[in-house]
Amino acid sequence: MSELLCTPTPVTTKEGILDLLKDKGGAQYYSQMKEMKVDQEALARDLEQTCKSRTRTWLSICAHCAMCADSCFFYRTNNNDPTQIPSYKIQATLGEMLRRKGKVDAEFMIKCMDAAWGKCTCCNRCSVYCPHGIDTGVMFSYLRGILFKHGFIPWEMKIGSGMHRVYGAQMDVTEEDWVETCEWMVEEQQEEWPDIEIPVEKEHADVMYILNAREVKHYPEDIAQAAILFHVTDTNWTVPREGWENTSLTMFAGDWEGCAQNVKRIYAAIERIKPKVVVGTECGHAHRGTVVEGPYWAGRESGDPPVRFMHYVEWVAEMLRTGKIKIDPAKKLKMPCTLQDSCNYVRSHGLGKATREIMSYIAEDFREMDPKGDHNFCCGGGGGLNGIGLYRKERNVGLKNKLDQIKATGAELVISPCHNCWDAIRDMMEVYEEHNIKWSFLKPLLVDMMIIPDHINHNEV
Amino acid sequence: MLDFITGPLFIISIAVFVVGLLARAILYVRGLDARLERVAYSYHTERSIPGALASIFKWLIPGGTSGWRAQPVATFLFFLLHFGAVLIPLFLLGHTVLLETYVGISLPSLPGGVADVLSIMALSAIVLFALRRLSSPALRQLNSGQDWLILLLTFLPFATGLMARFDGSAYQTWMIAHVISGELFLILAPFTKLSHIVLFFMSRAQIGMDYAIKRGGATRGGAFPW
Repeated sequence: MSELLCTPTPVTTKEGILDLLKDKGGAQYYSQMKEMKVDQEALARDLEQTCKSRTRTWLSICAHCAMCADSCFFYRTNNNDPTQIPSYKIQATLGEMLRRKGKVDAEFMIKCMDAAWGKCTCCNRCSVYCPHGIDTGVMFSYLRGILFKHGFIPWEMKIGSGMHRVYGAQMDVTEEDWVETCEWMVEEQQEEWPDIEIPVEKEHADVMYILNAREVKHYPEDIAQAAILFHVTDTNWTVPREGWENTSLTMFAGDWEGCAQNVKRIYAAIERIKPKVVVGTECGHAHRGTVVEGPYWAGRESGDPPVRFMHYVEWVAEMLRTGKIKIDPAKKLKMPCTLQDSCNYVRSHGLGKATREIMSYIAEDFREMDPKGDHNFCCGGGGGLNGIGLYRKERNVGLKNKLDQIKATGAELVISPCHNCWDAIRDMMEVYEEHNIKWSFLKPLLVDMMIIPDHINHNEV
Repeated sequence: MLDFITGPLFIISIAVFVVGLLARAILYVRGLDARLERVAYSYHTERSIPGALASIFKWLIPGGTSGWRAQPVATFLFFLLHFGAVLIPLFLLGHTVLLETYVGISLPSLPGGVADVLSIMALSAIVLFALRRLSSPALRQLNSGQDWLILLLTFLPFATGLMARFDGSAYQTWMIAHVISGELFLILAPFTKLSHIVLFFMSRAQIGMDYAIKRGGATRGGAFPW
């Protein structure tokens, strides 16, 4: 293969994506990366223009006190390796890049890539444990942006960024695929739920639902379950035809332009449909990328989205609280359960309150992890790490921290309303051969446990 | 020479300290960028101000945050140093007299016994910090010249001050050393990590505002639970 796969140019065509995919595991891509020239002048300019007093102060004021060390699951699972201390990781990469004013080579940039994607999931836990409030996770996210601009990003991140730019979704799901999957799910559920529908582009619906492309491609039953839950709660809902996907591999990749495109696509759907509320599926980084960071990428000065956005857990909590979903007491979860706190909507959006409210309705024996809530640890696979083959070994080591937390609770089931956390938990059980602990999203549990309201037509199948 | 050190040089060093730290604080705030950093600094003040204050004040209390509680040794050393390091320069009788004479501001002064204890605590803390820097594998990975510099800059005024206090026979010598080392501290503070004297407050306010405005301030119900 003689074509250039590894360049600073983002992928914006189907052919570009396919060319990358053909290169199994990115072998050619990574080998070309070693030869890629760093545009040192452009890098110096980028740093000058985008790295201002917040980050520069963080880097210069760090007291080297090592209080961030133990806050980081990478440090803990790598035998307290001092090179895994958050402060060290960022000083050796971004800190050094700034000190050298961008006069660095490809080898250095690759070392930065290895740290930014292989030694940090941007979980922001270190920001909570630093006396100065230095957020190394935010700095690594910033570094990812710099690395994306210069082409030094993991193979899967390059593909993921391309997917969003080409398909408006994290996977190659076209508008036809999307709408057809909705129709197919309605057909499949018709026998059991005769009146079920998935309205597409229904103007002035109360709720606009947006979701993760992998649900369309690999887990369409999730869409069916979402439809059932909207149906039994008499929700006046719809899905957009375009702007239906709210994930952001672009955020993981440091592709800020791609991030802005994603968010604007969703906001355009809001303009067409004019819902009262947008509800997102059970995905952590989708919430972070669309609701927490998203408004800024879309140029909204206030940092607030144009209409109220709810993460799925907020919607479920409200449905349980208002009695729109009633749980059959006989079907409440009896086995010991625990709850994963997904960084992107718990630490970074305070929704640990909502998830705990849900647990109070559905679980009889709920055991908290330690630490919990805003102080909980990353699942080990966030920030895109689950999907990056180059750092699979490192990820698997990191998973041990969360696994130990789960085992310490004695739980047999982990509730995990986040795709990446769900994947990480699935993988840790496999890697460490734990066969007795299950994990689940909320939707399948709720569909099983709920009392079907009398006025909803339902046939036992 | 002595007149110069205790006269004009003293004024210069105070001026550099005050103006320098003020400049650092102002430059920090002016260098914030709501768009680039994705924090709408001027919005939602009803929660960003409490958020900034909680972020600062919880960390000023020993064990006031999960961060402090997770690191009892570091916490102990930090407060052992900073109680004295903050209170002595400001409220030692020898200093308040100077302040009144030169600037006309009169601050309350610490009882002699309290001042002695705080100074010895601070000096001990610096020695223990140095030992921690030398022995902890984590800190050894991070140590830089600047860390040692500021330990030295802080050690000298306390050591020489205490010697002046307790060694009456060489009082004059210790006082000259104390004044020079104190002025060195003041002059270099804005240009070293000692600038955390103001930048701690800036940085903590910023992260408190970030969490309050953007990362859960609207949904968590209260400030971030540091």
